[in-house]
Amino acid sequence: MAESYHLLKRADFIFRNENDWEDILTKTIKRTPQDIINELISSELKGRGGAGFPTGLKWKITAEAKSAEKYVICNADEGEPGTFKDREILSRVPYKVLTAMAVCANIIGSKKGIIYLRGEYHSLKEALEKTISEFEYYCKKIKLDFTVEVFMGSGAYICGEETALFESLEGHRGEPRNKPPYPTIKGYMDKPTVINNVETLAHTFTIFKYGAKKFYDLGVQFSRGTKLFSVSGDTPKPGIYELELGMSLQDFVNEFGDGDTKAVQVGGASGFLVPRKKFQETAIGYQGKLTGISLPTGGSMMIYNSSRSMFNVLDNYLEFFREESCGQCTPCRVGCQQLLIGIKAVKRGERPAQYLDKLLKLSETMQITAKCGLGQSVANSFASIVENFREEMIY
Amino acid sequence: MTQKIQLNINGFPVDVKPGTTILEAASKVNVTIPTLCYHKDLCVAGNCRVCVVEVAGQKRLSAACATPCEDGMDILTNSLKVRNSRKHIIELLLSEHNADCTKCYKNGKCELQLLASEYKIMTQDFIELLPWKDYTIDMISPSIIKDDSKCIRCQRCVRTCAELQGVNALTVAYKGDKMKISTFFEKPMNDVVCTNCGQCVNRCPTGALVEKNYVEEVWDAISDPGKHVVVQTAPAVRVGLGEDLGFDPGTRVTGKMVAALKRLGFDSVMDTDFSADLTIMEEGTELLTRLKKALKDKDPDVKLPMATSCSPGWIKYIEHMYPEYLGNLSTCKSPQQMFGALVKTYYAKARNLDPSKIVSVSIMPCTAKKFEAARSEMHDSGYRDVDYVLTTRELSIMIKQAGIDFMSLPDMEFDRLMGESTGAAVIFGVTGGVMEAALRTAYELVTGRPVPFENLNITAVRGMTGVKEASIKIENPLKEWKFLDGVELRCAIAHGLINAKTVMDAVKAGKANFHFLEVMACPGGCLGGGGQPIPTNAEIRDKRAKAIYEEDAWKPIRKSHENPEVQKIYKDFLGEPLSEVSHHLLHTKYTSRQRF
Repeated sequence: MAESYHLLKRADFIFRNENDWEDILTKTIKRTPQDIINELISSELKGRGGAGFPTGLKWKITAEAKSAEKYVICNADEGEPGTFKDREILSRVPYKVLTAMAVCANIIGSKKGIIYLRGEYHSLKEALEKTISEFEYYCKKIKLDFTVEVFMGSGAYICGEETALFESLEGHRGEPRNKPPYPTIKGYMDKPTVINNVETLAHTFTIFKYGAKKFYDLGVQFSRGTKLFSVSGDTPKPGIYELELGMSLQDFVNEFGDGDTKAVQVGGASGFLVPRKKFQETAIGYQGKLTGISLPTGGSMMIYNSSRSMFNVLDNYLEFFREESCGQCTPCRVGCQQLLIGIKAVKRGERPAQYLDKLLKLSETMQITAKCGLGQSVANSFASIVENFREEMIY
Repeated sequence: MTQKIQLNINGFPVDVKPGTTILEAASKVNVTIPTLCYHKDLCVAGNCRVCVVEVAGQKRLSAACATPCEDGMDILTNSLKVRNSRKHIIELLLSEHNADCTKCYKNGKCELQLLASEYKIMTQDFIELLPWKDYTIDMISPSIIKDDSKCIRCQRCVRTCAELQGVNALTVAYKGDKMKISTFFEKPMNDVVCTNCGQCVNRCPTGALVEKNYVEEVWDAISDPGKHVVVQTAPAVRVGLGEDLGFDPGTRVTGKMVAALKRLGFDSVMDTDFSADLTIMEEGTELLTRLKKALKDKDPDVKLPMATSCSPGWIKYIEHMYPEYLGNLSTCKSPQQMFGALVKTYYAKARNLDPSKIVSVSIMPCTAKKFEAARSEMHDSGYRDVDYVLTTRELSIMIKQAGIDFMSLPDMEFDRLMGESTGAAVIFGVTGGVMEAALRTAYELVTGRPVPFENLNITAVRGMTGVKEASIKIENPLKEWKFLDGVELRCAIAHGLINAKTVMDAVKAGKANFHFLEVMACPGGCLGGGGQPIPTNAEIRDKRAKAIYEEDAWKPIRKSHENPEVQKIYKDFLGEPLSEVSHHLLHTKYTSRQRF
């Protein structure tokens, strides 16, 4: 128990301006793939996009996949409401991400990297491409055959889902694919693909430079290292903070709240709402939870104080999902609409309060039957808000 | 290496090959898992989620259609969790569906209705979403009606249009609650690249895509004592109709079909097969004429390969997609339209009828034939040549409405004058059939000898391969065809427009060196047409094809030029193939169309 919880600790790795990426790249690609993969695995770095898949394992499986053509893709389609960390990484330390992509490519046997950049981030494109050309120039110098292309998304939330992202990249409508097969075996262009979130790649740079132990020693069991949190809402100091994983939500609120925090939406619109009474028992990490939920997904932390109506909060999330579901699968497409008009009907008294229970059951079905990870999580906010603030839904 | 995967489904062990889906494995242990978006002819979508099953040890359910079996899996297809989820999904689909079932054309044949019935969805707990939705019923096309209020977004139609036909007239538009199946700029089906093939209609699980039906119009005509109603039946109808009326796929019901049509009150029941034989005479002569121009006269303007023109879906496809090749199409009308033009001229004259009082009806395995009959150029008799086109399905509706006990009907024969046909005409209904029929006649015309194949069966052009190629060497021809001596007549056959695309792209790239091309818009040819009984799949189409070749084998006459009624019409009315009368009544021209 001692290890699964600690006080809020700030860290400074991601945005530390390191001027030695050329050295790190040159040194790292000289190491054996096995060596690097082992280091990543022992760091216990997990994907920072939300799903939390072990990064080292992902690279390992892709490296072992047999194919003449493979890809490294950086998922920069940062679309989760309340998340804005990847934008900062790409504008302040893009070379860390590029270094990580090049190392990954070298390990798995890929020559081509793609950054899938959120459509709304078009202002980053020019500077990013300039950095890429400098980076590619250096790669050429050290005889590393690797190029990176920036691909602009078109604004659909669903394209942050990795297989929908591939579809979009291939010029198709952004709709998630069936899994298996997973991207490590059949990804972009049906070739083995490593697809990592921007932040995940930036963390690997830290690990290449400082070693796995340094990273592993931060955080708690099952949730090692640091994580960027995008803090917004009713807070006197909104912004991006790098924190060690494993703190309790109470500590977080003590640091960032305005003294009147009613609830925190952890993990964006597809995450969970944690009410004040559960702050103490909720730890922020992948698994090392005290009780209740804790997945930080993209690291979005939206803080609500007592002036906020939880009905309006939920209404807002559901409006978002009604529009941003790709519309492909029944539970997500129709489920989101039913949840939204359902809470409105209860609020207006057109349906009895018990209708919320029917909708809660529906939200369970959505969680277990939707086709993709996003479809499975769209009902999270509904379930956690209705369970904790039922009276606000009715009256 | 035949590696086996072992798993349990509802406690029953089953062995499967790697790559087998849970859905396929379940059928091996007598378990049917309900599906909606799944279709055997199409790629797996996994989007309706009706087929979800529980895999022991996993919190989330898996779509049986999209999940490959793994060794040691323990699968439950009917657990409480599965049942509750499945019911929820059916309820959700119903909540966005126009569930006014009694007023739906697909009432009783709708897969969603069937599921709702199986799961006894008696109440609608969720809020009806339809009043909030924006939809219009697209009824402008003469062939297909698209009603978005009945669409469940399974995308079977989209996959059909893309994978089987390569047309992409139907596609997914918008996202979230506004996601819908639409066309280019949401234009009506009639104004886009849609070929009216009706393959989407064949695969739509609900009433969102149906044929435009003309049943009432035909009943009205039959009931009008002032009208003489003539009906023609296409070759593929006789091997499909039975499926809608109680018979197994692959049952030939020619005689019963004729008997039923007579009981429905048609004044004359004749056969499109007659005009199929006529097509062979005209088209075969046209091919030989083109070959003569190309090989003997060295005319650089002659267009080869010559392509068949029987399939109206194919015609519209080439008009949209390869308009620069319209000159390669045979100028022959389709058998339906030849028949129509002759009914109001040759037949009217022979029977001493006023053509304005004749109503010409055709029974077709096809929805595109409705569009074809409505084309403005199809009025060469001085009237609309074919007034109403009914699909095989619509005929079965009429037979049921009339209370005819189809299964026990005694067989009857077609009426004379345009009712005689040959085996060559029957095989028009299957891919490769027109080619085979044309070769049987053309070869004999040129050499004076029958085609050198056992029992006239040209097996090289048969089968369900998407693109088939064959060649036949002409040796010792008759004197007037000397220039063909030693010429290898090369042919290609494609069915399903995606295969037509392959062939046409090869033609365009200059990589095709054949003389004669047969294209049928639908998979399997007309027997897999968009107007045939639902469901369709490869197995059913194989059975229908087998039945067609049986019908051919049983026919006493199997070469078009030996059809006595065809010989008679040339003697009494047309003169000879490609004569002036033929040109006027039996040939047509084509229109270049836009590619969207």
